[in-house]
Amino acid sequence: MQSKGSKLEKSSLSMFQNFELRNYIVYFAFVGVLIYFSISLYDEGFLTLGNLLNIVRQTATISLMALAMTFVISTGEIDLSVGSVAALSSLTGALALQAGYGVFGGLIIGVGTGILIGLINGLLVTKVAIPSFLVTLGTMGAVKGAAMWITDTAPVPIVNEKFNFIFGSGDIGPIPVLLLWTAVFTIIAHVLLRKTSFGRQVLATGGNETAARFSGVNTIRIKLLVFLGTGAMAGLAGLLYAGRMHAGRFSFGEGDELSVIAAVILGGTSLFGGVGTIIGTLVGSLMIGTINNGLIIMGLDVSQQMIIKGLIIILAVAFGKKTMKK
Amino acid sequence: MDQPMLEMKNISKAFNGITVLDNVNFSVRKGEVHALIGGNGAGKSTLMKILTGVYTADKGDIFIEGKPVSIKSFDDAKRNKISMIFQEFSLIPTLTVAQNIFLTRETKTSLGLLDDKECEKKTEELLKELEVDIKPSDIVQNLGVGYWQMVEIAKALSQEAKILIMDEPTSSLTKKETEVLFSFINKLKTKGYSIIYISHRMDEIFQICDRITILRDGKYITTLTCSETNLDTVIQHIVGMDVNQAFEWQERQYSTEVPPIFEVKNLNAGNKVQDINLKLQPGEIVGIAGLMGSGRTELVRCLFGIDPIDSGEIYVAGKKRSIKSPKDAIESGIALIPEDRRLQGLVLEHSVKDNMILPILSNLKKGLFFIDNKKSNEICNQLVRKLNIKTDNIFKQANLLSGGNQQKIVLAKWLANEPTVLLLDEPTIGVDIGAKTEIVNIIRELANSGKAILVISSELPELLAMSDRVLVMHEGKIKKEMKRKEIKSEEELEYAIQGF
Repeated sequence: MQSKGSKLEKSSLSMFQNFELRNYIVYFAFVGVLIYFSISLYDEGFLTLGNLLNIVRQTATISLMALAMTFVISTGEIDLSVGSVAALSSLTGALALQAGYGVFGGLIIGVGTGILIGLINGLLVTKVAIPSFLVTLGTMGAVKGAAMWITDTAPVPIVNEKFNFIFGSGDIGPIPVLLLWTAVFTIIAHVLLRKTSFGRQVLATGGNETAARFSGVNTIRIKLLVFLGTGAMAGLAGLLYAGRMHAGRFSFGEGDELSVIAAVILGGTSLFGGVGTIIGTLVGSLMIGTINNGLIIMGLDVSQQMIIKGLIIILAVAFGKKTMKK
Repeated sequence: MDQPMLEMKNISKAFNGITVLDNVNFSVRKGEVHALIGGNGAGKSTLMKILTGVYTADKGDIFIEGKPVSIKSFDDAKRNKISMIFQEFSLIPTLTVAQNIFLTRETKTSLGLLDDKECEKKTEELLKELEVDIKPSDIVQNLGVGYWQMVEIAKALSQEAKILIMDEPTSSLTKKETEVLFSFINKLKTKGYSIIYISHRMDEIFQICDRITILRDGKYITTLTCSETNLDTVIQHIVGMDVNQAFEWQERQYSTEVPPIFEVKNLNAGNKVQDINLKLQPGEIVGIAGLMGSGRTELVRCLFGIDPIDSGEIYVAGKKRSIKSPKDAIESGIALIPEDRRLQGLVLEHSVKDNMILPILSNLKKGLFFIDNKKSNEICNQLVRKLNIKTDNIFKQANLLSGGNQQKIVLAKWLANEPTVLLLDEPTIGVDIGAKTEIVNIIRELANSGKAILVISSELPELLAMSDRVLVMHEGKIKKEMKRKEIKSEEELEYAIQGF
């Protein structure tokens, strides 16, 4: 035990430095990716304002889910169901609009769907004490099934122009509404994590759950809330897919959990809980979006993109783990 | 003397009909460091768990500053200004010192947002008052363990705690860290805080404490003033006049003529294992005594290849062995029964049988891939009978058995493998007295069959009952070697352990 103590002391300096590096690596990587594509894809128009705004548009759904996912991962949990939830919400929202509930009705139903699934996830994790990995692996499949079943895999078109404008296709002046959605929620999430007692308790729960409980943190409530968060944001992301594509569709959000988790881990949030950063997540998400965009322009297809995303996630986690251990 | 800060009167507690505390009285004054001591199973930790609301007493009253209080939960204890100082487990390693101290009690700005600056300012004042040399913005996991306790104490004090409970606070500290902690405790004393100090280290107790309360077998024995007593008296009270009859030493025969079967030469590993030399005859039982943190567990971990060795040689049956992993150790004929059987010794969810055959799977192979079921059942049933393991059958899950029977499974697991050298780390910890006697007998039988046995135990009656020789470890070194024949009493051994 004594040796453990002295080791802790000795490692304190290097650990601190590693932490710093780990927090900043995503920014360097992002800049690197931007420079690489700017040069190699200059002729294809990567660096035009239009394409850059396009990246933001394409990334908005991932960004919103990643913001909420930062909270989940900071508590030491994970939510794999976000992509499926986005698909189901795009359909329930579209159906609500079709039934004439209007923009607000669509919003309530779409986000409500997400919150409901978040609640189920949260209750199973906290009250039934099933590991979140398994719970959300299960709901990922079940919710996807529900999304396919609800309209028998048929897309539901959305003709409400106002909805389509607000939730995806619109531009206010030169600024896409999707950029505004991203910006607003990034600020909210940042303040929530850094500046409120809720955020502090999220980090405490992930840092050492027992200690947090002993300090008076209601860790059950905190965990339930973070799953409601990913549920709600995945619901909203579903509506943004629907608004951008003018339809609800079961295939929206497919594989998004991979991009979302990659964005969060790349951003510097610890997969082991206790350390989280919203700004890092946003940059991580933009980087994933940029890579996607660049690969498409380069002419790679979806399958190749998936391979690269998978590799990125493993690299990000391996790097994070290495620095944690040192 | 004026009113005591804390008074516990006639506290009784039983678990499943077994009395663990019997009319215990305990009282602590304001500005006092009060040691609570006793052997294993004396009831110290149960008493403290009652004080912190983990357990509720069956009978008895608690008074804080003369007022009766009811403590049913950790929060109740907090409300009554009682705080247990955990060694490292109640802090969030990833948060800063200030964030930890004010967790869930943060100062808020007018907008309802966290005011970290204000919290850091308050923390700075607190740390300054306590003269602790760390910054409020330091991340806890970057601090040495010595400081973790101080941060915890600061946290407790910021919550108005007046009574602090410290359980073996120095066990993971270096000498220097201990000195810093002691001067810190002295400061707290002069500020009027009361500290309950639980420890087995008598030298520390005489250095830092004002009074000592001794418990034995769940009963209150006495309270002594440190300046008016001596180690002799204290040890006598801990051990009791009626030296435990359950374990009588039997002089055993083994050959000293033949070459040693297990030999360790100049073993070094980290700062916890220094220059260790051992020689064990076949059939010999050697006990290792020492305080918590004296390096006993670290030594057997090295011998079993769990922790790396810096230098030294290990011989089994005259052959030099290079032991770099538990697999090497097993192949050399060394077995280890670890300290924490639930964590390190058993796969609790598996059956008795699966646990027993785990180390000998390769001997039980039938064909290339299959396990010889008939043979393994035979072996397991034999072991169950031999060790008198109480289980319905060998297919029962290990965690459904009592502690004593679980420990016997761990023993069985290694017996099946026929080791030459058996290392045992606290083999009787947490098992009932009946099972203890049985385990002691099993160990004797094993030795009689010609194995060399090295056993660590903090329970001195058992150690004395089975050992042929006792080694006393202190700060990673073997400080003393005593032939069992020459040890006249438990007191004498306790003296040696305390380093006097």
